[in-house]
Amino acid sequence: MMGEINDKKQVFSAVSIEVNSTKQNFMALISGLLFSAGLTVSTMVDPARVIGFLDVLGAWDPALAFVMLGAIIVYMPLYWLVIRRKRTPLLGREFHLPSKIKIDGSLVMGAVIFGIGWGITGICPGPAIANISKGHFSIFIFILSMVVGMLVASKFNNIIKCAQENRCNEP
Amino acid sequence: MLTEVFFHAFIGGGLIGLGAFLLLLFNGRIAGVSGIAYTALATSGSGNHWRWYFIAGLIMGPLLAQPFGFTLPDTIVGAFDTTDSPLNNTLVTLLGGILVGFGTQLGSGCTSGHGICGISRLSSRSILATCIFMLSAFATVTLIKHGFGGI
Repeated sequence: MMGEINDKKQVFSAVSIEVNSTKQNFMALISGLLFSAGLTVSTMVDPARVIGFLDVLGAWDPALAFVMLGAIIVYMPLYWLVIRRKRTPLLGREFHLPSKIKIDGSLVMGAVIFGIGWGITGICPGPAIANISKGHFSIFIFILSMVVGMLVASKFNNIIKCAQENRCNEP
Repeated sequence: MLTEVFFHAFIGGGLIGLGAFLLLLFNGRIAGVSGIAYTALATSGSGNHWRWYFIAGLIMGPLLAQPFGFTLPDTIVGAFDTTDSPLNNTLVTLLGGILVGFGTQLGSGCTSGHGICGISRLSSRSILATCIFMLSAFATVTLIKHGFGGI
């Protein structure tokens, strides 16, 4: 009798997880749509506009600063007033926030290298994906090479981690 | 005219912030595009599906903006104006893509994860990373546009 109830409970929780993951997928789609519509409305999908912002000695175009300002003005108060007061997200068990708090060489080097690539092309990951539907050859080249760069960095990260752990094992 | 451009930039930014907030409120996830894209490719299983839905949203989002007169660019031109040379354009894009992929993976984030979500959460790592990649990008574009016998 008890076993039967427990079985039912397990089935029930398995079903609710499945329903939640369908809802999560739907919300991720909505989030991506809004995010990318925002990139388009703000014209940040156009690398020329990004380069215009980065070219401080040229005819400087401050639009990108307004984009970041607009995004932070919405996200920051909602984060501190809504998210911080909640223990769990509406459709999940926990908030997956970055756990690293220490500033390290990887963060600094990564940011420098990303900045160089962003400066050369005027493209960062979000706008690259948002541009896919237009079918530009250079966007496909960018995304493919970006993935290669990510895979290489992930191998590189593992090597650094290994080296650090070996050093930690020494007396 | 110019104020209209800034207004669109501001409103577009607000939409980005709203999309990022919904992902955190409902799914408990940070809207960092580089991390989501990498993890979507590097892992499998049903726990990963939401990332592909987010990416699908990113791909289709511009279609939502189209009825309001906002479109994707017709040409993709970087800091080196290589429109007259498809080969140079491809090589520059290839190099830039590798640096963006390597840098965001090593530095755990890009413009969205560090620049918007991280700064809003007042994460010292993200504030520093954003300052560094901005300065690095300013320096790169300045060198290309004005450094090599330009000006």
